[in-house]
Amino acid sequence: MTERLRVHVDPDKCQGHARCKALAPELFELDEFGNAHEAGDGTVPPGLEDKAWLAKSNCPEIAIDVIEE
Amino acid sequence: MSDVSQPVAHPPVIDWVNDFDHTDPQWTEDPFPIWDELRAASPVVHTERFLGCYMPTTYDAVREIANDTEHFSSRRIIVRDVRPEIARNAAPPITSDPPVHKPAKQLLLPPFTPDAMKKLEPRMRAICNELIDGFIADGKVDAASRYSKYIPVRAIAHMLGIPESDSDLFINWIHMILELGIKDETKLLQAVQEMSAYFSTHIEERKTRPTDDLISYLMNAKDKEGQPLEESHVLGSLRLLLIAGIDTTWSAIGSSLWHLAKVPADRERLIAEPNLIPNAVEELLRAYSPVTMAREVVKDTAISGCPVKAGNMVLLSFPAANRDPKMFPDADKVVIDRRENRHAAFGLGIHRCVGSNLARMEMQVALEEWLKRIPDFRLDPAGTVTWSQGTVRGPRQLPFLLGKAM
Repeated sequence: MTERLRVHVDPDKCQGHARCKALAPELFELDEFGNAHEAGDGTVPPGLEDKAWLAKSNCPEIAIDVIEE
Repeated sequence: MSDVSQPVAHPPVIDWVNDFDHTDPQWTEDPFPIWDELRAASPVVHTERFLGCYMPTTYDAVREIANDTEHFSSRRIIVRDVRPEIARNAAPPITSDPPVHKPAKQLLLPPFTPDAMKKLEPRMRAICNELIDGFIADGKVDAASRYSKYIPVRAIAHMLGIPESDSDLFINWIHMILELGIKDETKLLQAVQEMSAYFSTHIEERKTRPTDDLISYLMNAKDKEGQPLEESHVLGSLRLLLIAGIDTTWSAIGSSLWHLAKVPADRERLIAEPNLIPNAVEELLRAYSPVTMAREVVKDTAISGCPVKAGNMVLLSFPAANRDPKMFPDADKVVIDRRENRHAAFGLGIHRCVGSNLARMEMQVALEEWLKRIPDFRLDPAGTVTWSQGTVRGPRQLPFLLGKAM
């Protein structure tokens, strides 16, 4: 069975670099100030796992968690 | 008032570790080996120059300082020979600390989101092509003074609603503030006064005829008590947007073109795979980060185990952090398909550059349009590449020959 992933943005750490939105637009949304939060409940649809890890490893503020469920 | 001090001598640096000077010609020309030497010596180094100044040399030490607003203030953000009076050139939010910082920053953020930048993109493409039209038939060009310089200046003029044809005026003020002003406070003050007078005229015009631009946006903005901003706040933020938005991106575009002129393999790959350009832009931002900020130590503390004393400035070198091999494998190589890149070119923490989305869009468009029309170019061996000094590093003369080498 393949693992299921969920992404989460820590709103206290996010500074709106918007790297996650550029790299994984399906998984993140930006508010009116350009700060990021996960789309929906953060569940990563099958096939987008690489993008989740990519977003995490490019966040300058280390604000993104990828949770393996 | 006699607070305008005499010019300070800057003898050539011999002992970089204990006497560093970011205005030394050697640093301006090729700072990378200097940063490696400083990093090997200590995570934080100190100089008696500039009335006392530290420099964090590692990514971790830079992050620690950027995230510590209790011991490190942004009230002075440029390391200079003098410490100008604080209120006189305040430019919120970049010169603000918590708790004043957040509301001032939030005012500026909505016009600079990625979606807002998408609307500007067609105008940017047109500007790039107009500039290229101006020199493509010549077979050679100074890409710094004919191309990379005018992209950001015309973009921010467009957003502010001021004439793009005033570009050279803005560039001169920035030169006075960021370069000449490090050592000559009169130049700094003169430029700040002239900019304020310029923007005051534009504010007056909009009082009777409101416009759909950033000046009117700031004039109509309300603070958290629902009151209009004081005119000094509006003027400070306008000065900030103009200064911060221009020679920074000018430098980033110039350094990117300089790299591509020297490395045909990267150029050819980006032409073959234009979808890689956004990733390459991030890597070029890491390797040639233009912007070094500063903080003032307001309370004694320790950073990466090194004691840091109040009253000193801090040269907050995001460019040096981005060359730390502990954070970035092959830190001294440009790897245009680098996958993991938490670079700090736009800063870290609450002062993340407001214009980062604009700068990224400008860089992507500038490289895309250039490579479409000028796939082959190289440094002109008859010319000299020169670099700006001090706070923002990028090529100021970038002589290229256009077309295939004979």
